[in-house]
Amino acid sequence: MASKFLKSNRTGWMMAGPAAVLIGMFVILPFVFAILLSFTNQRLISPNPTEFVGFANYRQLLGVATLTLEPLTDQAGLVQKDATGAVQYPALRGYTRNNPDFPNLVGMREWFSLDWGQSRTFVLARDVVFLKALINTFIFVLIVAPVQGGLALGLALLINQKMRGINLFRAVYFMPVVVSIVVVSLLWRFIYDGNSGLLNNLLSAVSFGAIPRVDWLGNPSTALGSIIAMSIWQAVGFHMVIWLSGLQTISPTLYEAGAIEGASPWQSFRYITWPGLKNTAILVLIVITMQAFAVFAQIDVMTKGGPLDSTQTIVFQAIQRGYGKQDISGGSAISVILFVIVLSISLLQRWITRERS
Amino acid sequence: MAFSSDTHRLRLAVRYVVLCLIAVIFVFPLVFMVVSSLKPDQQLLADTASLRAFLPVGDISLDNYWAAFRRAPVALFVMNSVIITGVTVALSLFFCSTAAFAFVFVNWKGRDLILSIILATLIVPFETIAIPLLLISSKLPWIGLDGVTVGWLNSYRVQIIPFIVDGLTVFLFVQFFKDLPSELIEAARVEGASWFQIYRRIVMPLSGPVLATAAILKFLAMYNQYLWPLMVVQEEGYRPVMVGLQYFFQLNRAWGEIMAYLSLITVPVLAFYLYLQKAFIASIASTGVKG
Repeated sequence: MASKFLKSNRTGWMMAGPAAVLIGMFVILPFVFAILLSFTNQRLISPNPTEFVGFANYRQLLGVATLTLEPLTDQAGLVQKDATGAVQYPALRGYTRNNPDFPNLVGMREWFSLDWGQSRTFVLARDVVFLKALINTFIFVLIVAPVQGGLALGLALLINQKMRGINLFRAVYFMPVVVSIVVVSLLWRFIYDGNSGLLNNLLSAVSFGAIPRVDWLGNPSTALGSIIAMSIWQAVGFHMVIWLSGLQTISPTLYEAGAIEGASPWQSFRYITWPGLKNTAILVLIVITMQAFAVFAQIDVMTKGGPLDSTQTIVFQAIQRGYGKQDISGGSAISVILFVIVLSISLLQRWITRERS
Repeated sequence: MAFSSDTHRLRLAVRYVVLCLIAVIFVFPLVFMVVSSLKPDQQLLADTASLRAFLPVGDISLDNYWAAFRRAPVALFVMNSVIITGVTVALSLFFCSTAAFAFVFVNWKGRDLILSIILATLIVPFETIAIPLLLISSKLPWIGLDGVTVGWLNSYRVQIIPFIVDGLTVFLFVQFFKDLPSELIEAARVEGASWFQIYRRIVMPLSGPVLATAAILKFLAMYNQYLWPLMVVQEEGYRPVMVGLQYFFQLNRAWGEIMAYLSLITVPVLAFYLYLQKAFIASIASTGVKG
């Protein structure tokens, strides 16, 4: 289309040059730096020169090994048990500290263990916290992406009706989106509070006191779930609007034709609405996935990764190291891992949805 | 007939009830925030046990607000946020629209390459470049009134300049410009108008909708920024409102004050949103028309 216009290199560069320079300096350059720095030992401020360290940062973050141990036995060959009846195993310290027979286990710690009959397999990791962060982030994404996307579609279908005052409801559902996630997180800390939190009061009121009070953010088994619920509450309106704009591209004549054919509401959704939303679905899924992988502010405001690392996430770890500990290279390596994950998942999503169409 | 009209009414009523129940879920936490900001701490805590939590009843005053102002330089934080957000939005509209103009209307060497690089940055989450950007920012030179200095940390510029141009804003302008009638621009060229005149006199006056969209999206992103200012601003003088929140974290749970500060930085944005809600929603929707 632009070929219709006169060629002018000078004008082109004058008008687009500043934008190109800014993107180059503040997006491309740091992106390239992230990759390069992740192979060094760069710190924010350091008296020592920067050195190339190869994959050491990645090995440190992702290093995993297994160790299978037999139970301790006494002289009679019986399995030793402690006071609670739990089977006793040799101390891991004996393998991970200065044991010349196991040089690959040096500095590792227990991540989790599995029992196989009598013997127990320990999964050891160089950086247990980072691996927990990795798993938590995947849990976060795997729950948030379908639930938030699905609820947003439900809301969009509900809002996409000709009813008096429907715009008001649309405006209300969208409201939390314009509120900063930092504000929302602090507000919900109060809602989730273990003593006078609104949620506990509500639950105990509707159950006439049957549901016990829970310290939602202070309990390792509920903290991540609580943050997930709040994140969905805050962002669902955003994706509702995107679904809505997709719904409005579907021609009403299709629904009229469907009604004449006697299609049930489910059939008209299945055969008219859903196929018409294919592109929107891909977009919503990719956007939610990218946003969810970057989860940070909620964690920083609500739990700082705790309790017991149950809410550690990838970005929270990257910031804790890169900024908190001024370990630029470690933080960069985490950033690169995050980027590789996000990129491969969005390519995968594109590939899957392309195969089907 | 009467029967079907009755069921129709019933179904309509059920729909409204469902819509209202959902609305409660979205609104009540925000109502709770504003209402609580008006109550003394003890009453605030006592009220959470009943529906009074959502009603401005009892000992209502603005005391929490005065206390928040005494605790932290709130006015300074608000001013910083207004400066940073306002300047970034203005510069972003100018530089992204001129760039998009060059991509759509001007034929120049390197055009396709630069455009595809800028659009490719859409898949780079900011969080993945934040750490190296911190390092770069700490080493960048700056020429100011006191000569050449090194390091951008603790300044307005470190919160503004990296965010002027982004892939999404350029993309929005490019999409909009592509749909403008090219005859207009050709005619102006024939009459001897310069490129910049065409940009200013013809294209910009037609670009109201996309300017509003880009401005709203940039405004929300900038005003709500947290991670970046957290890292690059240690001095109080340049802190924006979201980072200013930290003053209220550690306290001995002065919830009333916290709610007052939250309301203070949120209610103006909510009011602005409700006033322009059609434009806000249209701007989010337009990001979805990527196809």
